Amino acid sequence: MINQVYRLVAPGMIDVACTEPDLSKSVLIRPVYMSICKADQRYYLGNRSKEALKAKLPMALIHECVARVIYDPAGNFKKGEIVVPVPNTPTEDDDVIAENYRLTSHFCSSGWDGFLRDYVDIDAGRLVRVPDGIDLKVASFAELISVAVHAVSRFEKFSHSRKNSIGVWGDGNVGFITALILRAVYPDTKLCIFGTVPEKLSYFAFADETYHVDHIPAGLMIDHAFECVGGEASRYAIAQIIDHINPEGSVGLMGVSENFIGINTRMVLERGLNLFGSSRSGVADFERTMEILSKNPQIPAYLENLVGEVVEVKTISDIHKAFASDISRSFGKTVLKWEK
Amino acid sequence: MVFAAIFAGGKGSRMGHSDTPKQYLELGSKPVIIHTIEKFFVNDRIDTIIVLCPKPWVAHTKDLVKKYIPQAENIFVTEGGETRNGTLENAISYIENNFETDEDTVIVTHDAVRPFLTHRIISENVDAAIKYGACDTVIPATDTIVRSEDNALISEIPDRKKMYQGQTPQSFRLNELKRVIGSLTEEEKAILTDACKIFTIKNKPVYMVEGEVFNFKITFPYDMKVADTLMKGKDAE
Repeated sequence: MINQVYRLVAPGMIDVACTEPDLSKSVLIRPVYMSICKADQRYYLGNRSKEALKAKLPMALIHECVARVIYDPAGNFKKGEIVVPVPNTPTEDDDVIAENYRLTSHFCSSGWDGFLRDYVDIDAGRLVRVPDGIDLKVASFAELISVAVHAVSRFEKFSHSRKNSIGVWGDGNVGFITALILRAVYPDTKLCIFGTVPEKLSYFAFADETYHVDHIPAGLMIDHAFECVGGEASRYAIAQIIDHINPEGSVGLMGVSENFIGINTRMVLERGLNLFGSSRSGVADFERTMEILSKNPQIPAYLENLVGEVVEVKTISDIHKAFASDISRSFGKTVLKWEK
Repeated sequence: MVFAAIFAGGKGSRMGHSDTPKQYLELGSKPVIIHTIEKFFVNDRIDTIIVLCPKPWVAHTKDLVKKYIPQAENIFVTEGGETRNGTLENAISYIENNFETDEDTVIVTHDAVRPFLTHRIISENVDAAIKYGACDTVIPATDTIVRSEDNALISEIPDRKKMYQGQTPQSFRLNELKRVIGSLTEEEKAILTDACKIFTIKNKPVYMVEGEVFNFKITFPYDMKVADTLMKGKDAE
C-alpha cells in the first residue's frame, strides 16, 4: 500500500512523500488528534543548527498523537481501538539502560519520520491502549504526560525518603503536567510552584503554594525540586533551586537548552545534591501514564485546560496554520484534528 | 453496506511488458492494482471490495490478490464490461447477485490506476454519497481550459475558477445509481460514459469531494515515471 507522509523539507516547507508500509508486519494506525511540541516548532521555524537541519530533514514532524487502529495483521488490536503510539523505538535490548536513553534508539520527528502521515505503520509493542473516557484531545499529548511520569519515576528511584515538600520551577506546560503528576503520586507532600507569569501561576490552583521567582520568601526551603524551565532561563532556575533546597535533595532537570548552562557546583557538592537529567519516555512510562490518568480522573480534567486551539487539518496549508497559531501560544497545546 | 468497485478495465490482453495494462505494472514492490486495493482494504468505511477486470486478466488478478493480501476475505474479482458503463453495470449486478442491498447501500467506484488516493478521499466519498446520493472527486483546474467545437479554433475559454478536473472515486447510493442508469436509452448509454455526468444530466445533485494533485491516473509511460519518483523520496525511517 502507498502511504502519504507529510515531511518538513526545509523550515516552513512541507511536502508529500510516499512510502510503502508492510501490511504483513506492522500495525496500521490512523492519527485522530496530534499535538505540536516545542521541538517540532523549533524544526518548523528553522531554530536548530544548520548541521542539525541538514542531517534530519526531510522528516515528518509530530511525536504526540492519539490514533485509531486501522489494521493489525496479528489481531492483537481490534479495528477502531484507541491507542497512543510511543515515538521512541529501541533497536536493541538492554537490562540496565532505559529505552529512551539508548544511543541506538530512534525517535519519531527527530531524524525519523514523525506522525504527520495518512497512516502510521508501527510495531504492536509500541502501542499503548487509551482507557475509556479520556478526552482524545488530552490523549493527543499523552507523550508529554509520559515524559513527566518518566521524570517522576526516576525521581522515585533517586531521591531520599523525606518528601515533605517539592518545588516545581516553571509555569509552562511541562511544569503544569509535572506538578499534576507529583500531586497524584505524593498527595501529602507540600507542592510549591515557582514561575514568572502570575496568570499562569494562577492555573496551578491544585498546588499548595505558588511563588513569583522574584518574590520567594527568604528562608523558604524545599526537600526536592524539578526544573521545567528550559532555554537560557534554566540557568537562573537551577541557581534558585540550589539556593532553596535542603541538603541531599534531588533535582530533576527537564528543560531543554540549546546552549551550555552554568551550574553552581560548589553548592551542589556542599549540600550533596543529586541532579538528574530526564528526557523523553518509553512504553513503561506510557503504561503508567494511562494508569495514573485512569485512577485519577481529576488529572485529565485539569489537562483539558491545556487544550488550546484545535485546528482541523485537511490540507498541507492547514498544517501551516496550526504551526503559525502555535508560535504565539505561551501556555497550552495546539492540537491538530487529523482529517487529511 | 459500503462496496468499493475497482475498475481495472485497461486495454491489453496479452502478457508481455508492452501490452501489460498499467494497473499490473510494478510500482515500488507491488503491482499498481494491489496498492489501490490495499488502500480500500485497510479503510474501515469499506465493507467489501469488487475488482472488475478484463476476462483474460481475472485469474491473474485473483492470483495477485491471493499473493499480496492472503488474509483478505472481502475482496472479489470479476469480469468487467466492454465499456466503463458496462463495467459499472457488472459491478451493480455482482453486488445484487451476491449481497443484500438496501437504500443505504453505497458503491465507491475507483480507477485501479490511481493508487495514490488517500484515506480522507475515500471517507469523504462515503459520507457524500450517503448525504447527497452521488459525488465526484475533483481538483481545481490549474491550467486554463479551452473549448473547441471543431478541434481547430477556440470556441470558448471558460472562467478557470469554475473549472475542475475530475478524478475518482465517484460514489453513489447504489439504488439511486441503478434507477438513473435504468432511465437511459441504449444510445444515451453509449454517449454518457461518466456516471456523474448521467446524474447531472438527469438533474440529480453530485457533490464535489476535494481530490489531491497526486491522485493522478497512471495512463502514459510519463505517469509511471512520476509515480516511481514519488515512491523514491528519501526514506526518513
